[in-house]
Amino acid sequence: MAPLLLASVFVIATCGLVYELIAGTLASYLLGDSVTQFSTIIGCYLFAMGVGSWASRYVTRNLIAFFVRVEILVGLVGGASAAVLFLMFEHVGSFRVLLYAVVGLVGMLVGVEIPILLRILKDELEFKDLVSRVFTFDYIGALFASILFPLVLVPYLGLVRSSFLFGTLNVLVAGWVLIMVRRHVPALRLHMGAVLASLALLIGGFIGAERITALAETSSYAGTVIFAESSPYQRIVLTRRNEDLRLHLNGNLQFSSLDEYRYHEALVHPLLASLAAPRRVLVIGGGDGLAIREILKYPAVESITLVDLDPAMTRLFSTNPMLVSLNGGAFASPRVTVVNADAFLWLRDRTERQAPRFDAIVIDLPDPSNFSIGKLYSLSFYRLLDSILAEGGGFVVQSTSPLVARKSFWCVNNTIGAAGFVTSPYHAYVPSFGDWGYVLATRGSYRPPVEYPEGLRFLTIAGTAEMFRFPPDMARVETGIQRLDDQVLIHYFDDEWSSYLVY
Amino acid sequence: MARKPPTRRQVMAVGAAGGALLAAGALTLERAPDVVPGRILGADAAHGHRLRGGGFPPVTAERTTGVAIIGGGIAGLAAARHLTQRGFTDFTLFELESEAGGNAVSGRNDVSAYPWGAHYVPLATEESTEVRRLFEELGIITGYDAAGLPIYDEFMISAAPQERLFLHGRWQDGLVPLLGGSGAERAEFARFHERMEDFGARRGADGRRAFAIPVDASSADAHFRALDRETMKDWMNREGFTADRLHRHVDYCCRDDYGTSHEATSAWAGIHYFAARSGRAANAGPDAVVTWPEGNGWLVQRLARDCETRIETGMLAFRIEEGPRGVAIDILDTIKGTSFRVRARAAVLAVPRFIASRLLPRLDADGFTYAPWAVANITLGRVPEGRGQALAWDNVVFGSRLLGYVVATHQDLRMIAGRTVLTYYWPLSHLPPAEARQEALSRDIAGWQAIFLEELLRIHPELEGTVERVDVRVFGHAMIRPVPGFIWGEARRRALLSRPPVFAAHSDLGGMSIFEEAYVSGLGAARKALDYLAGMREG
Ligand SMILES: Cc1cc2nc3c(=O)[nH]c(=O)nc-3n(C[C@H](O)[C@H](O)[C@H](O)COP(=O)(O)OP(=O)(O)OC[C@H]3O[C@@H](n4cnc5c(N)ncnc54)[C@H](O)[C@@H]3O)c2cc1C
Repeated sequence: MAPLLLASVFVIATCGLVYELIAGTLASYLLGDSVTQFSTIIGCYLFAMGVGSWASRYVTRNLIAFFVRVEILVGLVGGASAAVLFLMFEHVGSFRVLLYAVVGLVGMLVGVEIPILLRILKDELEFKDLVSRVFTFDYIGALFASILFPLVLVPYLGLVRSSFLFGTLNVLVAGWVLIMVRRHVPALRLHMGAVLASLALLIGGFIGAERITALAETSSYAGTVIFAESSPYQRIVLTRRNEDLRLHLNGNLQFSSLDEYRYHEALVHPLLASLAAPRRVLVIGGGDGLAIREILKYPAVESITLVDLDPAMTRLFSTNPMLVSLNGGAFASPRVTVVNADAFLWLRDRTERQAPRFDAIVIDLPDPSNFSIGKLYSLSFYRLLDSILAEGGGFVVQSTSPLVARKSFWCVNNTIGAAGFVTSPYHAYVPSFGDWGYVLATRGSYRPPVEYPEGLRFLTIAGTAEMFRFPPDMARVETGIQRLDDQVLIHYFDDEWSSYLVY
Repeated sequence: MARKPPTRRQVMAVGAAGGALLAAGALTLERAPDVVPGRILGADAAHGHRLRGGGFPPVTAERTTGVAIIGGGIAGLAAARHLTQRGFTDFTLFELESEAGGNAVSGRNDVSAYPWGAHYVPLATEESTEVRRLFEELGIITGYDAAGLPIYDEFMISAAPQERLFLHGRWQDGLVPLLGGSGAERAEFARFHERMEDFGARRGADGRRAFAIPVDASSADAHFRALDRETMKDWMNREGFTADRLHRHVDYCCRDDYGTSHEATSAWAGIHYFAARSGRAANAGPDAVVTWPEGNGWLVQRLARDCETRIETGMLAFRIEEGPRGVAIDILDTIKGTSFRVRARAAVLAVPRFIASRLLPRLDADGFTYAPWAVANITLGRVPEGRGQALAWDNVVFGSRLLGYVVATHQDLRMIAGRTVLTYYWPLSHLPPAEARQEALSRDIAGWQAIFLEELLRIHPELEGTVERVDVRVFGHAMIRPVPGFIWGEARRRALLSRPPVFAAHSDLGGMSIFEEAYVSGLGAARKALDYLAGMREG
């Protein structure tokens, strides 16, 4: 029996380390800050193993049957751990409590294994051989796991599949031992039944992992979901792959932390730097605070009002440390006022109250992909803007890609024109989006800036002129006008983006 | 927000969470009242029957007024507004219900205002000069473009998407059924619409449009009016329009506008639906309509605005006597339960003809038949979705006896609506009007709710558990039925002749229940009353 049990030490050791690595990786994906995550997870896991080892002394009868049961449990809990953690991430109040509970439980169960094995084998081997062999297999298993994990498991199987796979191995060990030593085990049928049922569950999980991750949304995004929340208004998902932090709203990419500076510099500066001394600035949408970060580079700006529908967005971007460091703590600036309101209603109300006007308005809304958001690209909306825009002021609208959605882009341009503004369309290359378009609107003709604030990473005065030139494949086309009663833009956008799978 | 009944999902989740206790809890949740709150509203049928049976309390008081307006629907309000605008303030409007509006009345809850009956008006046609002037006065038309086309207030034009149709398990754009239709069918639809467009462009020898709004502005040419002698269905078959889908579509249109199936609607009226809406706007498509969250209730409020103090509600007129120096009208104050007599120099009788004939026996209502309707307002915890075309203003289920639902929050500018109110329409055209009325009056609120919710939840399973409230309003005599021979027949011609001092006003006199007819009719009656009074003073 000894060789069999020693072989199982190897399997157990591999499984044990794999669970630990999975928990650590998952925690750093979901919570960020991998150093903290890994060290606390490892600490918790090792400590729990210690507790398990200590508790093993209270097991006195029928060690083999107990070992089988522990194996089944490790297989079940460890095997399902990744799936459970993923699925529960956005549903539990305090994810950390769940995380450490799962890690602790697996750790304790794994901690029981080796002492029990040692005791089972103590009559078959001399003590020095016993210790030497058991720990040799244990450490080899650990080495094996630590190599397997980053090279094979994560890239080819993913966390959820891997954990189900190793759970299955644990239970197979239990079944194997059970068959070899069946004479020593009371209630054999019951144990065998438990093994088979657990196997079925874990294999089912392995096969259904795709569905589980889809539920947890990881598979629909490049990178791993580290935050997800459904606010009453939209689905907010943050993903991360290495240094690339991405925000998705309702499944649409809003920015990648790697190149968002290109997008936001291009959105803000051609307008703001062209104005003599913009004092009052309005941002519509842009709850990520990234446009504000750029606007704050103008000392002349006295106040920035940000109107974003979703308090969940502005809260997230003023509290999450990763995001706050990205937007430079924009929301903490005393110059910034956040209004969580529906832009159209807010605007109408403001028009009626005849409140002070804005020198610059930056509109950073999601793409016009549905009829609700389409209202904020309508002729009526731009007409309202006219009544809150100060003399000599201007506004700028992010207007989707003129390359992919040429008609959509020019529809925005033409609609703003129909509202009586002089439009100055331009575009910039943002790798994660593609060639991206903006429409700048003024009452008189637009004069490009002669100077930009310090510290821009993308825009230069020389490069700016280039942005206003459109190559033939993006050149202006005639389009309908986006109206509340006839949202042509939504149809253009739908057609154009649905035929472009590349992006 | 009010506590909502748990959704099936929530109940299952609790049950799955396990534990005998929780499971027991879940079971009680499941058993918890499945009934959705709601009640039946509407003109008290008892009052209507009383008009026939009599037995009113004796008249114990007497009042006088210059002009008495009976009925505060669109026609009565139009009359009242006109008198006010002309500086004639010696009038009183008596309305049976607790508020004015009649078939254009609206409601409001913490989610939205919503219509109970009439919910839109098409763009004003060339002939609709009065309505166009009203639209200008109310700021619905804000100006005219260089080509002379009216510019409408864009927030009052029905927002996109306007209409969608549920067909083969998904929603398509527009109401003309396209999904899964055969080539031949499509060709027939195309041919039909071509025919209707042609009718829309036709003018008679008198230079008038063949089909106009208001109806009496239409051409008198005999070959057009001959269409009023057969049913829409017969006309279609005679013209070789036989596709089942086309018939269903046209039947839907007739029920939508007249509460009457195309088997019973006159071909002239059936064609009018497609051919008469010739209004255009500078800033909207030809199919656009004007609408508000509360439907035509918006117009009701605007019409009543300057004469609110002269509107008395809860007043049932039950007898009119004409004398040499004016009229005596007996009115029951339904709140106090007492009757009084109003002496007036003239009266505008802005009630449907079948009621007018009971108040004043010299008027008869022969030939006037009415379609009963039921309308449900459904308050939901979330907006409906569905595969295919996005939620529209008007949402219709193909082949259903119900007409579908209008979304009260659709005109709302907010980007994302949380809760909403749907107004679900059902013309009770499946039985002859009298039987349908009988059936409707005997149905209780649970019965009505079951009918509306059965369809709603079948097409929108996602709404399961989000229904907060379903109120129902039954209109016993909602719409005049333009059956063959009615619009251009003798009965209506006679009814249009008023004899002082009583001037009749109601949409049914125009032959179809639409805002324009009611408004024009009320305005006309008020003018005639003023002329009559002026004549009396001179004479
Ligand atoms: C469900 C439904 C949907 C409709 N949708 C539309 C639509 O979308 N667009 C459209 O244009 N039209 C629509 N209509 C038609 C609508 O009826 C007309 O537009 C218009 O509102 C009719 O106004 P009216 O003044 O002619 O008649 P009514 O609305 O019938 O007004 C008559 C008034 O007289 C009162 N009255 C009756 N008897 C007495 C009495 N004895 N004493 C005192 N008062 C009395 C009644 O309470 C009522 O207020 C709809 C109708 C219904 C029922």
